[in-house]
Amino acid sequence: MLAFLGSFGDILANGPLYQSTFRLAAILVFAAAGEWVAERAGTINISVEAMLLGGHFATAIAYTQTSNFAFSLFVGAIAGIFVSSFQAFLSHYLNADQFGIGLTLNILLLGLVAFLEPNFDLSTKLAGEVKVPLLYDIPILGPAMFGQRWPMYLVYAVVPLSWWLLMRTKWGLEVRAVGEDPQAADVTGINVNARRRHAIMYTGLIAGLGGGVYLLGQVGRFESGNIGGKGIIAIAAVIFGGWTLRGAVAGCILFGYVDALRLNLPNIVGHDFNAQLLAALPFLATIVVMLIFAKHTRQPASLARPFIRGLK
Amino acid sequence: MSDTPTAKRDRIELISLYVVTIILAFVIAAILVNTSGGSWSKAVEAMINGSFKNPGRWGETLRRAAPLLIVAAGSAIAAKAGIINIGQEGQVLIGATGAAFIMTKIHPGSPLMLILGVLLGMLSGAAWAGISALLYYWRRVPVVLSTLLLVYLSSQITGYTMTRKFLLLEVIEGSPTKIQNSAKTAVNSRLGIMHIFGNNVPLTVPIAIIFAIGVAYILAHSVWGFRLKMLGLNPRTAQRAGVSHVKFGTMALLTSGAAAGLAGSLMLATGESNYRASSGFSASVGWDGLLVALVARNNPYASIPVALAFACLHTGSNFLAAAGVESVLVDVIRGLLVLALFIPPAVSELRKKRRVLALMTERA
Repeated sequence: MLAFLGSFGDILANGPLYQSTFRLAAILVFAAAGEWVAERAGTINISVEAMLLGGHFATAIAYTQTSNFAFSLFVGAIAGIFVSSFQAFLSHYLNADQFGIGLTLNILLLGLVAFLEPNFDLSTKLAGEVKVPLLYDIPILGPAMFGQRWPMYLVYAVVPLSWWLLMRTKWGLEVRAVGEDPQAADVTGINVNARRRHAIMYTGLIAGLGGGVYLLGQVGRFESGNIGGKGIIAIAAVIFGGWTLRGAVAGCILFGYVDALRLNLPNIVGHDFNAQLLAALPFLATIVVMLIFAKHTRQPASLARPFIRGLK
Repeated sequence: MSDTPTAKRDRIELISLYVVTIILAFVIAAILVNTSGGSWSKAVEAMINGSFKNPGRWGETLRRAAPLLIVAAGSAIAAKAGIINIGQEGQVLIGATGAAFIMTKIHPGSPLMLILGVLLGMLSGAAWAGISALLYYWRRVPVVLSTLLLVYLSSQITGYTMTRKFLLLEVIEGSPTKIQNSAKTAVNSRLGIMHIFGNNVPLTVPIAIIFAIGVAYILAHSVWGFRLKMLGLNPRTAQRAGVSHVKFGTMALLTSGAAAGLAGSLMLATGESNYRASSGFSASVGWDGLLVALVARNNPYASIPVALAFACLHTGSNFLAAAGVESVLVDVIRGLLVLALFIPPAVSELRKKRRVLALMTERA
């Protein structure tokens, strides 16, 4: 019993665990902050997974060619927009089923990346570590939040940016109106489907950037399986957070922590866990957390309802 | 379908759109092949040889098509009720795993064990989908999300059962248990395979066709099917008419999960991956089946040719490597094709609406 409590203490006081939590939560935050905007516009994009992968892959190609970190991240963001524009135009201009399109994009991109990868001799490196003075010295949390590779710090820009865009701009107000009552928004002269397309392309921008940050700030080497389900967990985080950005970020941290546990538990406790169950942990935890904590929060009233003028 | 001039024009427009987008999808794929150092004509030849021309290949194609059709028909049931189940891949796998518990554990098998195994497979698939129903009706977690999450979970859970002897791990005396799969199913609890012109056609093929027709009939002609459709078209009206969203929604989801489970257990019974279950057993049958249903717009009859086409892509891909093209090309083609098939109906709807609008403004 004492040993059990001791190992529990080890887990709580383990610095590397928090550092890896931050890194794993960061990619979820990128995806979730973008998806949050799109969901407030009344759309659900399971293609956020494809956007992450597109950014991840494009950043790898760009870095191999130019060895410039900032430019590669930029290319990743552009790739994210490119992928998301398919989702946006096919399901909110042509009104094709958004889940069908999202799923197809996920499958298509996974195949495309697997097909194209052997043609590129990909070699990427991790960006340099930057320790923020003073803040770094905070025990446990300091090294985790302020001792990362520099692309990771973009997460501190993305969250306020998303919030400001949606909550403090005219565009954001219109996006929220479109997610709540598209008919009313339409009558006041807002182009409903255009706002939805913009919101989705913003998701693509942020998710593509996130895919790039994940490559250059954490994993360092491209593999098509790197993303494997992170976009889906980010969507779960948005729902867990009750469609507030605060809640979504909290959800990302929670799911990031579980993912970090998966990676670090065997080292900390010194006990071999079953590999399959360990790999299942993030998804298992997501489902269990949703089952227990997801409340009947008020979702955007027209979430996942396509808007076609004259059709309620 | 009346034959007014506009209806006729719309149909011609729709068909030509289909032709254009499908050709475009293949052209993009051909460009991809050529730019990555392959030859598209060789790739096409390999696909044709692999899917039906070479001896024994069309049997393989039919073997692949059957579970796709079952999965697609099941997805149609959920979709008709307005529920978007996209977790078939996991439901197929869990179904096969459930079936393996009976088919591999009880020796010597008998046809009764086959039936029991398939039943357990269907139950497991339904239960797996039932988790999503629980999450939705209790916690309002969208079915789309929970079914997807469960896909990621399913292969790990199945993988886990293959690492424990008391579950499904095959134990061979004196050999290391590195290869994680189940034992072979008992010989007597396997489903028959017909030999036709040198092709091995498993009995799942007629079963799948009967299943698809049955689903189409039930959806079109039974009270149950009518209620599901009512729920899908307008949940509020359905509720007023006494069709409970919770009850019928759950039933639709469970049925589609059971269909996926049926597909998985029949695959195991007819010798998929040498009668052994493993964590990669479902081999994208769930994804493909779902795409078949999407492309066929949830019409079980239309699913039959679409399933056949998708099966051709799969069996054809096995011959691609010999032609110097990565076999994952097929995933790209499949994705492009599905996108291509989504576009024409959407464009044609849009144009129809624009025409009506133009007419209205003209009159006003």
